[in-house]
Amino acid sequence: MTEVTGTGRVKRGMAEMLKGGVIMDVVNAEQAKIAEDAGAVAVMALERVPADIRAQGGVARMSDPDMIEKIQAAVSIPVMAKARIGHFVEAQVLQSLGVDYIDESEVLTPADYKNHIDKWNFTVPFVCGATNLGEALRRINEGAAMIRSKGEAGTGDVSNAMQHMREINGEIRRLSSMREDELYVAAKELQAPYELVKEVAEKGKLPVVLFTAGGIATPADAALMMSMGADGVFIGSGIFKSGNPAQRAAACVRATTFWDDPKVIADASRGLGEAMVGINVADLPAPHRLAERGW
Amino acid sequence: MKVGVLALQGDVREHISALIACGVQPTTVRRPSELAAVDALVLPGGESTTIAQLAEIFGLLEPLARRIAAGMPVYGSCAGMILLADEILDAKEGQKTFGGLDITVRRNAFGRQVDSFESDIAFNDGSTDLIRAVFIRAPWVERVGKNVEVLASVDSHPVAVRSGHLLATSFHPELTADHRIHRYFIEEVAKPALQKVQ
Repeated sequence: MTEVTGTGRVKRGMAEMLKGGVIMDVVNAEQAKIAEDAGAVAVMALERVPADIRAQGGVARMSDPDMIEKIQAAVSIPVMAKARIGHFVEAQVLQSLGVDYIDESEVLTPADYKNHIDKWNFTVPFVCGATNLGEALRRINEGAAMIRSKGEAGTGDVSNAMQHMREINGEIRRLSSMREDELYVAAKELQAPYELVKEVAEKGKLPVVLFTAGGIATPADAALMMSMGADGVFIGSGIFKSGNPAQRAAACVRATTFWDDPKVIADASRGLGEAMVGINVADLPAPHRLAERGW
Repeated sequence: MKVGVLALQGDVREHISALIACGVQPTTVRRPSELAAVDALVLPGGESTTIAQLAEIFGLLEPLARRIAAGMPVYGSCAGMILLADEILDAKEGQKTFGGLDITVRRNAFGRQVDSFESDIAFNDGSTDLIRAVFIRAPWVERVGKNVEVLASVDSHPVAVRSGHLLATSFHPELTADHRIHRYFIEEVAKPALQKVQ
């Protein structure tokens, strides 16, 4: 009997198990416990939530290993962590800590403005952000086992998440409607490998799980993204930058499962206190838009 | 026979595809009324703490535990195995299960995601063909009750068990194109159990 680790099926399969769930950003063990108790399917361990990275500025990097290990010790659900785009040594460090998924994330300051991490070289699976189908397929070609639409992190403004989901799914629908001999040009235009383009055209979906992230702050936001075809949602600043994190977290979990039932979403939305204040993406000067990082 | 898939969270879609390949038309179950409409149920892979909590909030925990005790055939993979177990180790504090299967299951027993693996293993359904088993942060069975049959093991840890109308695997047959376990559940577990009830 030979046991093989780090196979495509094991990496992509891990993301399949997260479907229909909410992954929450946490900055310490206490928050991780709150997230787990609220029904999160996983937590993302990071030093500052995107809203604080945005407010405080400076270079944002991988989290302190001590802090990640404290979170791993505090909860029984999967623990993810972020590495900078292209920073393969941060990724190696995170893998050695035994994190369950690495987010190669535009929320941190990129380490490489040309290349992403060669994710095939790792046993641990990676999730990467994308704003459109071409970007998603380039990341999958580099070994990403899960994709999340980027949205605009740390804003509490869901409009970019919406735009990116429409973009990705719209392009998938367009591919599905094409003649086979048109897919070569489509691949060229998407700047993505032909084999992946063909696979998406045939199946009508990405070959990996597609979550949504960036700007989700309420149960209704989470349900909106699920009805746009997301397999699940990441909530970053939206929970722990709100008035009542435990209750809001549990409410978002309920709304994600019953995204098609407005009565459940209404009940989940009651009495949550203040949502995160948020920033309109339109008010952000272009250099401060995180979604534009990564290519 | 109406077969449901518990659809609160997890890889519901994969179980539905596997069941369709076995010739049944599954429905999703998120509400007590949907549970009442099915004869047999599949508990998918996913996060057992999340599924248990949603089941409690939406009033499924009690009725599902009652149906299981009353003989409803149920198959659980991975998180589904945990949810069927009478006793769990390395659980979240206060974590509940539907129970009914007299086993003790250790959560994430094979380790974290970097230890997740696939392997060809023997599955004791009468065939000697090996089955491709995918283990993802998988549990194993640490104690089996006296009426529980072990159908597969890895390094002497039971990873597939059956007790009458209940079947559980710590691996994910729904992630492969081999539907032998789902077929076994429908033909050898669910159909005989339902005939007995009638």
